[in-house]
Amino acid sequence: MCVEWESALFLFSSSVLSLEALVINDPDFQHEDLNFLSRSQRYEQAIRKSSLMVLKLREYGITDPDEIYWFKRICLGNFPEPFGLHFSMFQKTLETQTTDAQKEKWLPLIIGTYAQTEMGHGTHLRGLETTATYDPATQEFILNSPTVTSIKWWPGGLGKTSNHAIVLAQLYTQGQCKGLHAFIVPIRQLGTHEPLPGITVGDIGPKFGYDEMDNGYLKMDNFRIPRENMLMKYAQVEPDGTYVKPLSDKLTYGTMVFIRSLIVGDSARSLSRACTIAIRYSAVRHQSELKPGEPEPQILDYQTQQYKLFPLLATAYAFHFVGAYIKDTYHRISGDIHEGDLSELPELHALTAGLKAFTSWTANAGIEECRMACGGHGYSRCSGIPDIYVTFTPSCTYEGENTVMMLQTARFLVKSYTQVSSGQQVTGMVSYLNDLSRQRIQPQHVAARSVAVRINDPVSLVEAYKARAARLVEAAAKNLQAELNHRKSKEDAWNRTSVDLVRASEAHCHYVIVKLFTAKLAEISNAAVRAVLTELCLLYALYGISKNTGDFLQAGILTDAQITQVNQRVKELLAIIRPNAVALVDSFDFHDVHLGSVLGRYDGNVYENMFEWAKKSPLNKTEVHESFHKHLKPMQSKL
Amino acid sequence: HPQVQGSLLGSVNPDLASERQTASFSVEKLTAWLDGGTEHTRLRRAVVEAIECDPVFSRENQYFESQNERYEAAVRKAVHLQKKMDEMGWTENGPEFKALSGDLAFLLHRIFTRSISMLGSDQQIAKWIPLATQYQLIGSYAQTELGHGTYLQGLETTAVFDITTQEFVLNTPNISAMKWWPGDMGRSATHTVVFAQLYVNGKCYGLHPFIVQIRSLQDHSLCPGITAGDIGPKMNFEHIDNGYLMLQNVRVPRENMLSKFCEVQPDGTYVRRGSQKINYFTMTTVRISLILDEVVIPLMKACTIAIRYSVVRRQSKLKPGEQEAKILDYQTQQEKLLPQLAAAYAFYFISDYLQELFDRGYREIQRKNFDMLPELHAFSSGFKAMVTQYSTSAVEICLRACGGHGYSLLSGLPSLYTKIVASCIYEGENTILFLQTARFLIKCFMAASTGQPVPPSVTYLAAVTPEKCPAKNKLDFLSPDIYTEAYQHMAARLINSTAAKLQDLVQSGVKKHDAWNQCTVQLAQAAKAHCHYITVKNFAETVEKLETQPGIQKIMKHLCDLFALHGIFSNAGVFLHDGYISGAQMDMVTASYLDLLAVIRKDAVPLVDAFDFTDKTLNSALGSYDGQVYQRLYEWAQKSPTNKQISPAYERYLKPLLHKTLSKL
Repeated sequence: MCVEWESALFLFSSSVLSLEALVINDPDFQHEDLNFLSRSQRYEQAIRKSSLMVLKLREYGITDPDEIYWFKRICLGNFPEPFGLHFSMFQKTLETQTTDAQKEKWLPLIIGTYAQTEMGHGTHLRGLETTATYDPATQEFILNSPTVTSIKWWPGGLGKTSNHAIVLAQLYTQGQCKGLHAFIVPIRQLGTHEPLPGITVGDIGPKFGYDEMDNGYLKMDNFRIPRENMLMKYAQVEPDGTYVKPLSDKLTYGTMVFIRSLIVGDSARSLSRACTIAIRYSAVRHQSELKPGEPEPQILDYQTQQYKLFPLLATAYAFHFVGAYIKDTYHRISGDIHEGDLSELPELHALTAGLKAFTSWTANAGIEECRMACGGHGYSRCSGIPDIYVTFTPSCTYEGENTVMMLQTARFLVKSYTQVSSGQQVTGMVSYLNDLSRQRIQPQHVAARSVAVRINDPVSLVEAYKARAARLVEAAAKNLQAELNHRKSKEDAWNRTSVDLVRASEAHCHYVIVKLFTAKLAEISNAAVRAVLTELCLLYALYGISKNTGDFLQAGILTDAQITQVNQRVKELLAIIRPNAVALVDSFDFHDVHLGSVLGRYDGNVYENMFEWAKKSPLNKTEVHESFHKHLKPMQSKL
Repeated sequence: HPQVQGSLLGSVNPDLASERQTASFSVEKLTAWLDGGTEHTRLRRAVVEAIECDPVFSRENQYFESQNERYEAAVRKAVHLQKKMDEMGWTENGPEFKALSGDLAFLLHRIFTRSISMLGSDQQIAKWIPLATQYQLIGSYAQTELGHGTYLQGLETTAVFDITTQEFVLNTPNISAMKWWPGDMGRSATHTVVFAQLYVNGKCYGLHPFIVQIRSLQDHSLCPGITAGDIGPKMNFEHIDNGYLMLQNVRVPRENMLSKFCEVQPDGTYVRRGSQKINYFTMTTVRISLILDEVVIPLMKACTIAIRYSVVRRQSKLKPGEQEAKILDYQTQQEKLLPQLAAAYAFYFISDYLQELFDRGYREIQRKNFDMLPELHAFSSGFKAMVTQYSTSAVEICLRACGGHGYSLLSGLPSLYTKIVASCIYEGENTILFLQTARFLIKCFMAASTGQPVPPSVTYLAAVTPEKCPAKNKLDFLSPDIYTEAYQHMAARLINSTAAKLQDLVQSGVKKHDAWNQCTVQLAQAAKAHCHYITVKNFAETVEKLETQPGIQKIMKHLCDLFALHGIFSNAGVFLHDGYISGAQMDMVTASYLDLLAVIRKDAVPLVDAFDFTDKTLNSALGSYDGQVYQRLYEWAQKSPTNKQISPAYERYLKPLLHKTLSKL
């Protein structure tokens, strides 16, 4: 199989590739291996690169949004940047929520960030405690962090970099709380960069990853800002303190959908990088013996190694298609949204919440499996996988904690189920629930109908996943109803069913992914490419069954004998995919510089380069470490 | 530790205090029972106290330190500990090391010493052990190579006997043969035990251990022919100088080959006494001891942190109009954490079981009876793999269950995770270990089915069990007999069906090794199922023995039930597969399992309090006993070097950037 076909799938434009060459060959962007730097040094490098990037964007005259996006990715590699929130949330919020006058004043001058999360409050926004009290006498808002838990905590770029922040606070005017609103708050002096009086700001300390990011804290004590600093495109406070309500807040849905679709894409990309490293290394590493007397084989020839890696490879491909689907759907319906048609938004919102959780959980675990499949060397920072993992893993939490996301999807599924039960039809990805009403005539359990599943046919497997989703949604909805019948409170019943509800959402998302992967196959015109992707699609679907056999058996979707066949077929597919494994990861087309891995090098010269890399370790700076003179020698002489 | 005068720290957060008032059992009694008696508890606490009040052992700045600083601190502490041990009369195997949470250099020094005691002749022991004990030298243990790990036969380092000088000549024949990973070797060690392929008169005798000096005892410079250094930053263990070592014609005297079991005599005659397998015995020992120290204890810490934090953290509302709810009151949060808590207890008990098995085996080996070796080897392999794999994912669940704050190093969770995750690889990669256990199980199965004797732990492979689970309602699944039998049936079925598959393949003409490779996914699964079964069975038996302490027995029984049912719930397919458990019964399992969550929820905090970790041991802003999470996080973060040092980034980069922007306006 050749690797050129990737462009047909991922649509990298030639301009992206030339941007990449531009950056990789630019001496200004070279730096020491980040693994050997301290946090402060990594922060400084990141600031240097970010600043440089802004200047180069101007120098090269890059203005196209897509090109800016790629340029940034290429400049920064895969590491977070302290300006990240400045470009995404800060500017975006300013652009969408300010009046033109505000925009003109704020946009060019400052480095900003977006301060929402507090130490004691995250996903549940209404719980935020920061207050902004309007004082009509001076026409100012007075900002306060009334408790320890209300200290803003986590915003990227807040600790050291930004001189302004958009702060989310509970607005009080005329003695009443009007809920959360956004305010532009200067936090550091222009010119000296010192914190302003009334502001306590700093870095929240070391984290699992994101070493280069100054995630920060912010405490405000009677800090006053002019009335104009409230973002007033939607809600307004008039000079006398009169509050003017916003028109609609549904629009924020759109932004959330968009950001979550980016996380799905990021799940695909991060998992692809980990797979690339693990699969290339597994072709280089030799270990033990398969046949007595023969040389040690490549570890990729072991069934157990294939079983660890190939399902993940298939998953990475599946997630690429899912990410692209959500992005396309979002773009398709965002036109409708602008025209005021919000009918498709609830489903998309519910679906992206679940898919964000499903893909980030899976990728999170998958990256670690890839790392562990590299044995001891995967544990070294030189493998690059520890960095992929620690950078990726917070996406299970940010932009909506995953369990909460799954429960949002579940709420939509239960609602759809209730609609079907009351005789209405539902549309879109949940339309399979319509079948339930037809089956209700029969006394038996919904999924006990036999689906004649053909395990070599992806389309038939989509049906099996559909039946599983239907069964689990129905079971959760029924359990919820039973709890409701027992208890007074809706919330209690919901809580006591939430494990079932999460399972239902997972099954629904799993179905959607298998369906989208299968649908993608028909779009591939190159026969060889279609053949290999069909194998991957089958592997993805069958592996998912073999990992969740309980659901398929209990629902009577598959028999014991079929499960045995599925398990067997998975192993056959591993052997079939084996010859194409390296080509399939080469197709992701990661440049060595961006893979950042000695184990995953394109040329496979792993051991020589590990030795070269290790020699640069800070502990090796002198041949005899100072600890010898300080501690070891005195100990030996004393004892 | 971040103890700040005049702050809230020290007074217990009411959200945590209320959890302690409703405990259904005596925490102190449970602690004493876990320790093996009140006297042990007292002793352990005294040692912990002595260590934690000594400022040299402080870990407050650990999360802020660089690799170099961590290494230096580890050496400093290890040296200080030696002094302290002399003062206090502590012993090598006492509780002091646990109290220090492994934040020490010279851990491999202990392995070095242990391997000499086990593999050395009496003369060798007499020569080397006193030197090592008095730290006249610092040892390491060099087995793994850059290109070779778990598969020991593949190691490439050579030791050729030179009869004329009565020396062994050691060499690293190529880059993949370089020793890579051994702890303490990068910077500290003066000596190491090198495993190399022994050649005498051109004949290879396989892997043998040699004591090799690598650094000068005077000025610590590298000895001639030695290239050694640190292998660079890792996910964790920054305090350890894992090293590389290249040998070029390094000569050691004939007496430096450890020769309790094998010897090369002056004329080059090779003599073997006892089983060659004994060379692997060090690994068996290490595997068993690491389960408790490196795996179960970190898991207990992670549970303590996550559960305490989950009753302090409030998020969203369960009932309209009420205060935001403690996150541990959400069923989904219980479902994440409580099974991990049950697993921590289950594995604590299994490590006792293994230690007993090991002690018995060790006594036999001392008498040169090697009969128990295969069982010991299979068990230490399989349980090491299962416990490390399970616990690693458990700690990761704890980490993610703490949301954003779990991601801060100050939560203590990332370092627990990155440390425990290494245990899946070191001392034998888990998949390979499972397959070793599987080989033993298949052998035993074959033997048992033809009526030959097998060790008592695996007689169940040939036992006859009912074909259907007899449970009639969800309460039946709270009977240890019911679920233990379900596990037994499932494990026996998986081993049985894999053996049958292997046989089929061989009979159909597939070569033995190919057949083996084609069944490895199933074999690993079967080995895991066996270990899971034994763990459940051992938990149930442990609970049974608690009859004299009904208060504790009751809560332990709940945990045992939870551990068992969680396993069935999350592996439903293998129990449903042959109809042993029916679909309707699986719904009963689920119902009982979810009910148990709410029951154990009430005792969750007391159950982690019973682990009796001090705040300094946990070293976590989220998990401290007083639950003053936010205050501690805030005060500790302010001590971060990023807040103390002035970063040049503003003057160098931000300022010019802003000014350029301004000048363009």
